Amino acid sequence: MKENIVIIGGGIAGMEAAKQLLILGYTPIIIEQEDHLGGHVAQWHKLFPDMTSSHELIGNLSDQIKDANVFLETKVNSINALGDSYNVILNNGVNIVAKAILIAAGFHLFDAAKKEEYGYGVYDRVITNADLEAWFNHRADERIPEKPKAVGFVHCVGSRDLKAGNSQCSKVCCTTAIKQAIEIKEIFPETEVYCFYMDLRLFGKKYEDFYINAQRDFGVHFIRGRVSEVGETIDNRVQVKAEDTLTGKPLKVTLDLLVLMSGMVCNPRTSELAGMIGLNIDDDGFLKSKDNVYTIMESNQPGIFYAGACTGTKTVPETVAEARAAVLSIHHYLTQA
Amino acid sequence: MMDFGFTLSKSSTINLDTVDTTLYKKLCDMEPDARICMSCGSCSASCTAASFSGMSLRKVILALQRDQDVRPMLANCMLCGKCTMVCPRAINTRHLILTLYRIYDR
Amino acid sequence: MITQGKQKIWSDYQKEIPDDHWYYVRSCIRQNFFPASEKMFTEITRNVLGKDIYETPHHTTCGGIAYHCDTIPQETVMTIVARQFALMTEAGYENYVPSCITSFGNYCEILETWHEFPELEAKIRENLWKACRREFNKPKYLAHTSDLIYHWRNQIAAKAKYHLVNKETGEPLKIVEHIGCHYAKMFPSKGVGGAEYPYVLAGMIESWGGQVVDYPERRHCCGYGFRQYHVKANRGYSVSNTHKKFESMEPFHPDAIITNCPGCPYFLDRWQYVIAEQTGKTYGKDGYGIPVLTYEELAGIVLGYDPWDLGLQLHQVAVEPLLDKIGMEYDPKAKYLGLNKEDILRPELPKSIKCC
Repeated sequence: MKENIVIIGGGIAGMEAAKQLLILGYTPIIIEQEDHLGGHVAQWHKLFPDMTSSHELIGNLSDQIKDANVFLETKVNSINALGDSYNVILNNGVNIVAKAILIAAGFHLFDAAKKEEYGYGVYDRVITNADLEAWFNHRADERIPEKPKAVGFVHCVGSRDLKAGNSQCSKVCCTTAIKQAIEIKEIFPETEVYCFYMDLRLFGKKYEDFYINAQRDFGVHFIRGRVSEVGETIDNRVQVKAEDTLTGKPLKVTLDLLVLMSGMVCNPRTSELAGMIGLNIDDDGFLKSKDNVYTIMESNQPGIFYAGACTGTKTVPETVAEARAAVLSIHHYLTQA
Repeated sequence: MMDFGFTLSKSSTINLDTVDTTLYKKLCDMEPDARICMSCGSCSASCTAASFSGMSLRKVILALQRDQDVRPMLANCMLCGKCTMVCPRAINTRHLILTLYRIYDR
Repeated sequence: MITQGKQKIWSDYQKEIPDDHWYYVRSCIRQNFFPASEKMFTEITRNVLGKDIYETPHHTTCGGIAYHCDTIPQETVMTIVARQFALMTEAGYENYVPSCITSFGNYCEILETWHEFPELEAKIRENLWKACRREFNKPKYLAHTSDLIYHWRNQIAAKAKYHLVNKETGEPLKIVEHIGCHYAKMFPSKGVGGAEYPYVLAGMIESWGGQVVDYPERRHCCGYGFRQYHVKANRGYSVSNTHKKFESMEPFHPDAIITNCPGCPYFLDRWQYVIAEQTGKTYGKDGYGIPVLTYEELAGIVLGYDPWDLGLQLHQVAVEPLLDKIGMEYDPKAKYLGLNKEDILRPELPKSIKCC
């Protein structure tokens, strides 16, 4: 067959799709704007609920797609329809003609500094979920004290927040917060850990067990109330305010580290791509699928398919499953045409 | 002291820095399942004493973590055991209440 | 504290402040609370900086206090404000600068409301015409007087006689900045530096040699809250909020507090006495309180005006420890002499908080 398939985005969705396309005998071409494959997952340490090593996962996938063509540090300049194909022009001067394009451009992590009241980038002891994963990987971050007495996690940072422009739930943060809370307890067993949540959305397999585990075996405290304001104390710790909604009283606590669970927001690159070929954008800024039940992988243009978080917030298993589904859709599209 | 006709109000804020959780920790040592309460409220909804006395096991478990006196609530429990039947986290609530009596007796 | 992080936010919230020709309106209550502050504003801006600051005796209340006490409909407030704008228009000005934070908030809110609901603006124009046959242009620029002092802070620094530095140790003085709630909490984009990390007063402190204190309850309201203080039964609640702020700033040992609102300096100053009476606690050194100043008073001190001409003898908390720290020359005996150098009588000094 050896038909070209352009994959825009070399994260977990793009990599899994490339792997499946290779198996089916196609020639996948991955366009990735960063200097490495793996996207957000490559920056992570371990994945819930099995504490899978993200490096092993990305490493294994990389080995399996060695035969794919990969353009790193490359962007798509334009896409033009050319009969029943598309001419994809890259910023390195390369032109690719392909009958099918898979958009797997992923998401952006919400910029936590936008929630000014939390003091990310202002207070010494405020970090994000991504910063904490980086610390799990490299153990180098001046903001993380040697022996924290108390650590807090703020759920829904930039998610479910109309004022931040995002009505969507980011799906992964509740479970990630619990995972990270457990990891903190494993490293610092004496530390008091608090999770500030509005709802706990633990919908996936094993997620609720994770929650019970955090409560029973690690004594993580769950406080139902959104953090409203953070201030810095004289000893560079942070004072956090929330309502303890279950007692109906305001609550405050001083912490040595505050972790903001930055949510998933749409990747602004995708709207540029959408503009090139007339793809529909949903009101949450993500790419709009044909529908949200049965044909999430399909766009409003023939030959353009979606996989992963470019259409909305997704977990890793959902993204991988969608990448495989999208490959099948592409295969059917090309073989039936 | 000068009488101004008004005085400083007491703050209702729960300060987790200073809250004394000794009793709660003791309860968790003796009754580890206390930790897995998720505040669903089904114990209170089915409680014989709740509608007449303000007893709520959900509130008792939370109040212990906020260093509030739970004895007035506990005193109204009839030990009927209905809360144990409804608890989705399978906490032996009746046993937990008896453990609390024991802790307070000491 | 990561200074660059704050600087990034400050750069996001800058507003255009024209350098001259302002139509100035006073506050209802500031001249009673801190009588020389508004006088200092006109003195510094006109005579030291040479700016054109116009005011008219025809200006009245903006209606803001009544509005925030729920005793007046918003349409009435809007018509009062429309009349102020008409006076500005008649005087040939287009830059409007109120001295009161609640007025500033009130003007921001009304201009924003008219922007969203033009039919309401049309109705108010009709109301004003019916009531007093006046017409108005909306201000081209709206700023608070603290915005202007912020805008000219470096010019003031260039003429400074004293700096916010401890003369003995050479260390910068630690200054708490307190922003009136109605300055930027309603419209963060209208305040210099935004609402979470306002820069308007912090900029003055830095420019005049001091060090800004950021403490956990910095954003907390002073507790005035209009209705809360005006009803005597609620005053315990009002003073409790002030108490909360002092408890939070205590570990930082501030040398002074500056504010940009009519009510805040009054309550942060006077309540220190009430707190001392009720709890026996004072927050300054050696039984003194923490001096609380308006930004005009602070500018006056920096420029070397006589503290008694600045009206500092009307403060509850003694300001002398602050004046001594910066090495200001003043005559302690002249504190209670009036303009004619005759004794204006002395207040009874409390025992709970040390005063001079």
